[in-house]
Amino acid sequence: MNRSLRPLVATALIFAIAYALAVMQFPSMFSTRVLGNFLTDNAFLGIAAVGMTFVILSGGIDLSVGAVIGFTGVLVAVLITWVGLHPVLAFAIAIIVAGGFGATMGLAIHYLQVPAFIVTLAGMFLARGGASVITRDSVPINHEFYDWISDLTIRLPGGGRLSFIGLTMVAIFIIGALIAHRTKFGSYVYALGGNPVSASLMGVPVARTTVAIYTLSSVLAAISGIVFSLYTSAGYPLAAVGVELDAISAVVIGGTLLTGGYGFVLGTFIGVMLLGLVQTYIIFDGTLSSWWTKIVIGILLFLFIVLQRLIFVASAPGEKAQKA
Amino acid sequence: MIRRSLLKLANPQLLALVGVLLINWLLFPNFFRVTWQDGRFFGSLIDVLNRGAPVAILAVGMVGVIATKGVDLSVGAVMAVAGAVAATMVVAGYPAPIAVVAALVVGLLCGLWNGILVAILDIQPIIATLVLMVAGRGIAQLITEGFIVTFNDPLLIYIGTGSFFGFPMAAVIALVLTIIVTLIVRRTAIGLFIEAVGVNRAAASLAGIRSRMLLLVVYSLSGLCAAIAGIIVAGDIRGADANNAGLWLELDAILAVVIGGTSLLGGRFSVPLAVVGALIIQAMNTGILVSGFPPEFNLIVKAGLIFIVLVIQSPLASRLAPPRLVPAAKGTAK
Repeated sequence: MNRSLRPLVATALIFAIAYALAVMQFPSMFSTRVLGNFLTDNAFLGIAAVGMTFVILSGGIDLSVGAVIGFTGVLVAVLITWVGLHPVLAFAIAIIVAGGFGATMGLAIHYLQVPAFIVTLAGMFLARGGASVITRDSVPINHEFYDWISDLTIRLPGGGRLSFIGLTMVAIFIIGALIAHRTKFGSYVYALGGNPVSASLMGVPVARTTVAIYTLSSVLAAISGIVFSLYTSAGYPLAAVGVELDAISAVVIGGTLLTGGYGFVLGTFIGVMLLGLVQTYIIFDGTLSSWWTKIVIGILLFLFIVLQRLIFVASAPGEKAQKA
Repeated sequence: MIRRSLLKLANPQLLALVGVLLINWLLFPNFFRVTWQDGRFFGSLIDVLNRGAPVAILAVGMVGVIATKGVDLSVGAVMAVAGAVAATMVVAGYPAPIAVVAALVVGLLCGLWNGILVAILDIQPIIATLVLMVAGRGIAQLITEGFIVTFNDPLLIYIGTGSFFGFPMAAVIALVLTIIVTLIVRRTAIGLFIEAVGVNRAAASLAGIRSRMLLLVVYSLSGLCAAIAGIIVAGDIRGADANNAGLWLELDAILAVVIGGTSLLGGRFSVPLAVVGALIIQAMNTGILVSGFPPEFNLIVKAGLIFIVLVIQSPLASRLAPPRLVPAAKGTAK
């Protein structure tokens, strides 16, 4: 089996086993209602995680995601409620602002030649601070467009429903997978993550690709912020604090190698679902406190990092032999 | 030679600190007024020292980690764990010194865990420490059982809020720690070893440096410093808050180290200047508070500060700078 597929298979197996165990304990977890809610409740995390997958595939990291989600939520809420713009126009403005923001971070990372985490850290401060300066309170959104979207659901047999935002996440995962695995840009991202020097020597436009990757990540974070505002019908400057960590965890659990170059967008989807499963299980159990979520995510993260390490070390000699 | 290059590095950071303090003074004329009251000093300047101490202590530990081309994201969570351990043990009836030692040992073990992941399993530092950053607060909440554990123990409160010859205890601890660590890294060869590992770990190992052992020590020190900061913060509020103790302080600590001129690419570091960096951050925080701006401006100012430092440190700047500066910049970077 292709070695880069192994972490993906491991994640899928762990998800299947964990879900089976959870269903054995709580048979009602195997219902379209729970599965539908899986998609709806994790939609904003999933969308942000797609962007994070591209960033990590290229060997970088984006710590500003949670702050961009919060900023977008506030911007959209303010534009709709205070300024009176139509939501679609507000969404477009938010996406353009976030795109410019991501592009600036990409430019800084490439031209200042500094580690991505410190640039995106500054981005996180800026976005979170900007959102808090606009407003310190939660801004509610009451618009018929929001009501219309939340009524857009597909009913499934068994009482479950697929919401618009859940389907948006699935669509973005599919588009993300197509971009990563079927376009020139996707291969540039993998090449950059494998080895930036050889990528550049092979003619990969490093500057353009880096800027595009961080722009994509911020745009997806903005879409995630819009979805979050649809989910909560409000914009709050401290919303989605720490979502970047959940997104990174989902990407890593989904089998993407943190050093870049290996991984699949589909794996991230399973990673997001696994995080959702942990949360749902804790809610079903009722006796476990919510802090167990963090500990379990930490343990999963550790297991997958070690697993990746072992696979990488085990297959390294073979790779050397091939080169020779 | 080393002393001269240190002096050269020292100027911008100290000038920046003086500049920030002067701006504070312009915005708030009583900024430099220090009064003596109830056997201790009072004033905004003392407040900067006191409030800046936890980040300064974290920065002392973080310097070594960043100098080895690593980063420790878990320090905020380790602070919460150490505070939780100290508070819970004191409430359970253990004597305070034992609780403090236990919290320090727990912090050391957390750091050692990070060190093992980085040095022995060869995992990227940012990811290795992410594990504890995510799980640490959960562990802290497990220890406190989800409550904010409050205590009335005099020793712990003294560590957090007491005064030593009129100066805040937290600042005294930070100063002593800075001096000890600076002496250890600069009066022995350890500092040189750390720089060697940061520049090129493989080459350092081939040259006979036990880089694994060194990394274990560096990460353990970072955990220990985080535990000290955690005890101070817990003593300050007389309680252990697993959710909020040390929240985002890892970012402030990294920022302090970067402002202090330590290269994120490894191989060049300064412990005292990182502490100056922490004081610059705190002076800005205090300045924004006393001059009546909303505290949200803090984040934006910090973002601007990171950006300025990055531009100054970048290869682009040394290309644009006058030619005489270029060899100096290269000399200190390598």
